[in-house]
Amino acid sequence: MNAARKLACVVVVAMCAVSLGASWLAPAGYAKQFREAPSAPPSHQHLLGTDEVGRDRFARVLYGTRISLLLAPAAALVSTVLAALVGGLAGYLGGIWLRLARGFTDLFLSLPWLFLLITVRALLPLNVSPLVSVLITFLILGLLGWAASARVLSTSADALRNSDFVLQARASGLHGPRLFLVHVLPNLKPVLYAQFWISIPVFILSEANLGILGLGVAEPLPSWGSLLRELEGLISFREEPWRLVPLLLLIVVLTSFQLLLSNEEVTA
Amino acid sequence: MNMITTGRRAYLRLLFCFALVCFALTSTAAFSQSGGELRFCLRSEPKTFDPLLVDDDSSLSIRYLTGGVLVRANRKTQDLEPELAESWKVSKDGKQITFKLRRGVTFSDGSPFSSEDVAFTMQRLMDPALHSSTGDAFRSGSGAVSTKIIAPDQIAIIFPAPLAGLERLFDQVAIMSAHSPKKEAAVLGPFLVAEYKAGSSVLLRRNPNYWKKDSQGHRLPYLDSIRLDIQSNRDVEMLRFKRGELDLINVLDSDYFDRLAASSPGLAHDAGASLDSDFMWFNLVASAPIPEYKRAWFRSANFRRAISQAINRDDLSRVVFNSHAQPAVGPVSPANKFWFNSKLKAESYRPDAALKRLQTDGFHLQNGALFDKGGNAVEFSIVTNAGNKPRERMAVMVQEDLGKLGIKVNVVTLDFPSLIERISQKFNYEAAMLGFRNVDLDPNGQMNIWLSSAEDHAWNPQQKSPETAWEAEIDRLMRAQASTADPKKRKENFDRVQEMVAEQTPFIYLVNQNALSAVSSAVGGANPGILSPQTFWNAERLTVNASTRASR
Repeated sequence: MNAARKLACVVVVAMCAVSLGASWLAPAGYAKQFREAPSAPPSHQHLLGTDEVGRDRFARVLYGTRISLLLAPAAALVSTVLAALVGGLAGYLGGIWLRLARGFTDLFLSLPWLFLLITVRALLPLNVSPLVSVLITFLILGLLGWAASARVLSTSADALRNSDFVLQARASGLHGPRLFLVHVLPNLKPVLYAQFWISIPVFILSEANLGILGLGVAEPLPSWGSLLRELEGLISFREEPWRLVPLLLLIVVLTSFQLLLSNEEVTA
Repeated sequence: MNMITTGRRAYLRLLFCFALVCFALTSTAAFSQSGGELRFCLRSEPKTFDPLLVDDDSSLSIRYLTGGVLVRANRKTQDLEPELAESWKVSKDGKQITFKLRRGVTFSDGSPFSSEDVAFTMQRLMDPALHSSTGDAFRSGSGAVSTKIIAPDQIAIIFPAPLAGLERLFDQVAIMSAHSPKKEAAVLGPFLVAEYKAGSSVLLRRNPNYWKKDSQGHRLPYLDSIRLDIQSNRDVEMLRFKRGELDLINVLDSDYFDRLAASSPGLAHDAGASLDSDFMWFNLVASAPIPEYKRAWFRSANFRRAISQAINRDDLSRVVFNSHAQPAVGPVSPANKFWFNSKLKAESYRPDAALKRLQTDGFHLQNGALFDKGGNAVEFSIVTNAGNKPRERMAVMVQEDLGKLGIKVNVVTLDFPSLIERISQKFNYEAAMLGFRNVDLDPNGQMNIWLSSAEDHAWNPQQKSPETAWEAEIDRLMRAQASTADPKKRKENFDRVQEMVAEQTPFIYLVNQNALSAVSSAVGGANPGILSPQTFWNAERLTVNASTRASR
């Protein structure tokens, strides 16, 4: 493990630890409105100041980080499993299955993502708690975000299907699910890992995009998207630099996730 | 003697020189009033340049600057003032208006203005095939609107049924030429459209034939041109204003206003409460897909009133709008001097009274949560449009206010098309928060909201017959005020409507935002008001000092 990977690992672990300790580090909570001090600058009481309705920004950043860091990997896991099922199996089966799967993933990839997300979000029931809304948001991201990974996996599985060792296994009488589980799937692992790690920052950004449009996680629960919305209308960085903290965190975390990938996984 | 004569001559010469200098200075002062280009932004592409088809803000701005009207509502005093019509008279039955037109007026292309042009404009406006929303305001009953040319400078317009506040409607009717080959390009207003670059800008130049003169006899407008850049991004608009590239911002958000006021106090203008209001309402549609017990809550005036009492409007005004808003009283803003019912006051924040009111309907608190008499926890969602930050903030504050009563509120932000579909077609929502942008002072402009049969009767639209007694009464009062020309009777009826709305609370009015604008120090003669267009309502009298602009 090189130094950059180590550093990235430390950063991600530290961020997870800090966000998990949010209730201890920021007892004010993310929802309480200090209406006498809206848009306040940093102080002892509010380390990063308050937002437009007087909520403690430090608490919101910690809770928002927790949501993004816990749920983006969960969404990435959902999408990677779906991609493995669709792309991996189609690549392994080959022939008509592969052509069908590729056609389907191409069709899926041609859909305008953001509009699709907005449409699906609008169809959801209205009376859901903020916690359920955040789970739904990331589940939607996971369910809609498998296509690109599936395409990569189908190509890799197709290559494996025609490889010498799989031919040899077939010649030895190994067929069906056992061949897939014993020989193909283990060799798809680097690609699966890569797709999983690549998907995390993608989902973090997707949620941030939805949040910036006001369509992400429901109020009063914070997320990086809703925190980044505060940057709208910020004309000068010098005026309120503490408002840039969520953006800096996003950049640090996304960079760390990229650095976590090993060379083999990047190549895969 | 000679010395005296020489001295007197010298004195006279000196006096003459002084007089010359004074004349030159006054001439320069008068001349400096003229010329220059005013620059500001339109926030969207104008959909049309046809003044009779105008339906959007950008086209409205262009129509205001280029169109000549018979009468104009003064945006400061709210009084009607003569423009192309020197005088007018409404018949006692309210079905006819007769205008005496100004003589010697010509369109921008030189063609003369007469009663034929007014007749042509009215005929075109009322043509059903045109689908003019401006024309819809004149449709008082079944039957056609007719015109009678009495003389080249006199015309009567006859309506099939009485039309209350008739003369005020002509503020929106830009007169078109009946004969000019240039059609809508021939205008009677202070400016004409000289250039339009789609997606980029509209350039207006001064109308050389504009009829109005200032008190010193100088022909108006003072400005040579107005450049309207099409710019939807408000951050960019503010940056350009600060850099001196723009002279006006017609409507400012409170955040931008405060920042501008902090850096350049003289440029930010707060004209006080506007006519616009933000409010929320509950879904009372009988066929709406909501549980029966929730429908029962929403249909209770006690419940609606209690929710209203539990909302801290002062906090909304102070926190969300940085005190650039006033707690709203009802459907009419206090800024509407004539029609506002001054007996009414904004609902004050009284959570204890709200709880008592709820208890009379069988609601009770249990472990900090409110339950109805059937044991159902009180929980509902408020939908609002995503992207409108002030409204989203208000929803979050209402969520916390109602949380103190044990009511769980889920705030749902939706993209605008989805929101409109839910509240006007599928009725699949529980409560909604939106706002009205009022441009009309007259209550007739609100007929589409208050009549139970109307499409915009938001809480329960398009009723075949009024479902409640109070809605039937509001229908009756609104029709009564619309069918009489007597302002006193109309006011009595509409005052009662406002009282009934306060009692029944179909809309929970939250705030009236202030009219905030920005005007560069380079602009002379600006006097921002609350009525649209806030900053350039007197565009023909505005001046721009290029040297001041350059020094900003």
